[in-house]
Amino acid sequence: MNVALHSVAITGAYNTEQARDLGRSTRDVLNEAALGAIADAGLTPADIDAVVATPSAQLVFDLGLGTTRTMSSGPDIEGILEAAGLLLTGEATAVLLAAAKASSFDRSSVAPWVRPANEFVVSHGLITPAEFAFMARRHMIEHGTTAEQMATVAAQIRNNGHANPEAIYHGKGPFTVDDILASPMVADPFHLLECATTSQGGCAVVMTLADRSADAANAPIWLLGGGSDRIGPSYQTSPSWDRVGFHGDDTVAGYIGRRAAQRAFGQAGINPADVDVCEFYDPFSFEIIRQFEAFGFCGDGEGGEFVMDGRIALSGEFPITTDGGLMSYSHAGSFPQQLQRVIRGVDQLRGTCAANQVDGAEIAIASNGGSGALYTEVLLMGSAPAT
Amino acid sequence: MLHPNVTGIPVPRPTGESAPYWEGCREGELRFRRCASCDLSVFEPRPICPRCHGTDLPWAVSTGDGVVYSWSVVWRPQMPAFDVPYAPAIVRLDDGFDMVTAIVGCEPDEIHDGQRVSVEFHDVDDAITLPFFSLS
Repeated sequence: MNVALHSVAITGAYNTEQARDLGRSTRDVLNEAALGAIADAGLTPADIDAVVATPSAQLVFDLGLGTTRTMSSGPDIEGILEAAGLLLTGEATAVLLAAAKASSFDRSSVAPWVRPANEFVVSHGLITPAEFAFMARRHMIEHGTTAEQMATVAAQIRNNGHANPEAIYHGKGPFTVDDILASPMVADPFHLLECATTSQGGCAVVMTLADRSADAANAPIWLLGGGSDRIGPSYQTSPSWDRVGFHGDDTVAGYIGRRAAQRAFGQAGINPADVDVCEFYDPFSFEIIRQFEAFGFCGDGEGGEFVMDGRIALSGEFPITTDGGLMSYSHAGSFPQQLQRVIRGVDQLRGTCAANQVDGAEIAIASNGGSGALYTEVLLMGSAPAT
Repeated sequence: MLHPNVTGIPVPRPTGESAPYWEGCREGELRFRRCASCDLSVFEPRPICPRCHGTDLPWAVSTGDGVVYSWSVVWRPQMPAFDVPYAPAIVRLDDGFDMVTAIVGCEPDEIHDGQRVSVEFHDVDDAITLPFFSLS
């Protein structure tokens, strides 16, 4: 298949240390992440001619990059797809995506970025766990999805983090399904151990076209396909499972990301069965079940059963979120943990994971967002270019 | 018993677009906009109908009756000012729109899918009144 995206590679990837409290400034962590990814790509700062970061202008200024193309999207999968566009139109030859957050906050409340400020939700005590709970509840009602099925997802992801020396919750397990269900309820049906943690850290990625990838210190990881779906603003309107638009496709909000996944698999010329590693975004346990359905790994309503038979284990057919994800590896604000899904996919395909390496992984899927936020982004990557 | 959280909570900041809605709450009316061209009910106030793209969206008053579409019971509050548990919910109004609110006046385990609920209003301060829903 002749898809322009197939000539784009991720050639650099870097995570800073992640911690509950790094004792550093966000700016300092962002700069480390950026320089780390540039070095990992075998490039120098002089090679970077486009930047998407949090915030882009400050990073260009701090690193003294001179005149640089910046992007208004964020350093996530959507940013990666738009960065590919810059490379393919010739507007840039090496794009840096970087994200970091290291600001502390009062822990008597939930993290500031999970408190929606909108006038129609703020006064009813909405928090992102409740917004996502609305979606999970509908799935439980319509398909009989159980607390045990959701807890099975959380136990797997947290055990992945338990085994990962780079995860902030390394060594805190192992966790059984009963442990998950015995943890305090945050927003029914989500217990504490089914929710993302909050932490600090940074990360960055460098992308180039195929003809520049020979500079990289590590083998390039190739873009096979991607897509990004949004149906409305996050945390401002009711996240109703059956919300649809009036023009265009009829995908319900509960299956946001389906169109993106179909586009990604179509570009890649592969099927979900071909995927070796699922670096799914895991803000809450249910979202993994939902993504298996939305992305076509199983039928609608079958996700709860799908995760129950060892399929999502590291040795299973579809290992999920192998670094421990947002629940256990790190969740530092709005963007780092989104880009980190991609970086974990890169590490798996390079075969360089410090722990939980999936033997022989050749194709990885990464995702960002979620139903409660009314958007989902999907990226398929390969250790070899698409054929 | 779930009760309305109205003390010390973050208050909504009405915009020019939403001011008539909040004035309605103050007066004990649940207001929404209804497209004059295609009759679509539009809740969060917007200047355009998402279905027919008409821009004449006069305000209407809801009966305030509907069903529980989805809900959560929150034990880890957004801010300490919220007493727990509280039960944020999506209510599907008979008038044809969904809204985020909270269920009050019952025990958490009394909330079920499709349960009939009705709006009730509680003052937060001198300017803001919030819509909650209780079992019909």
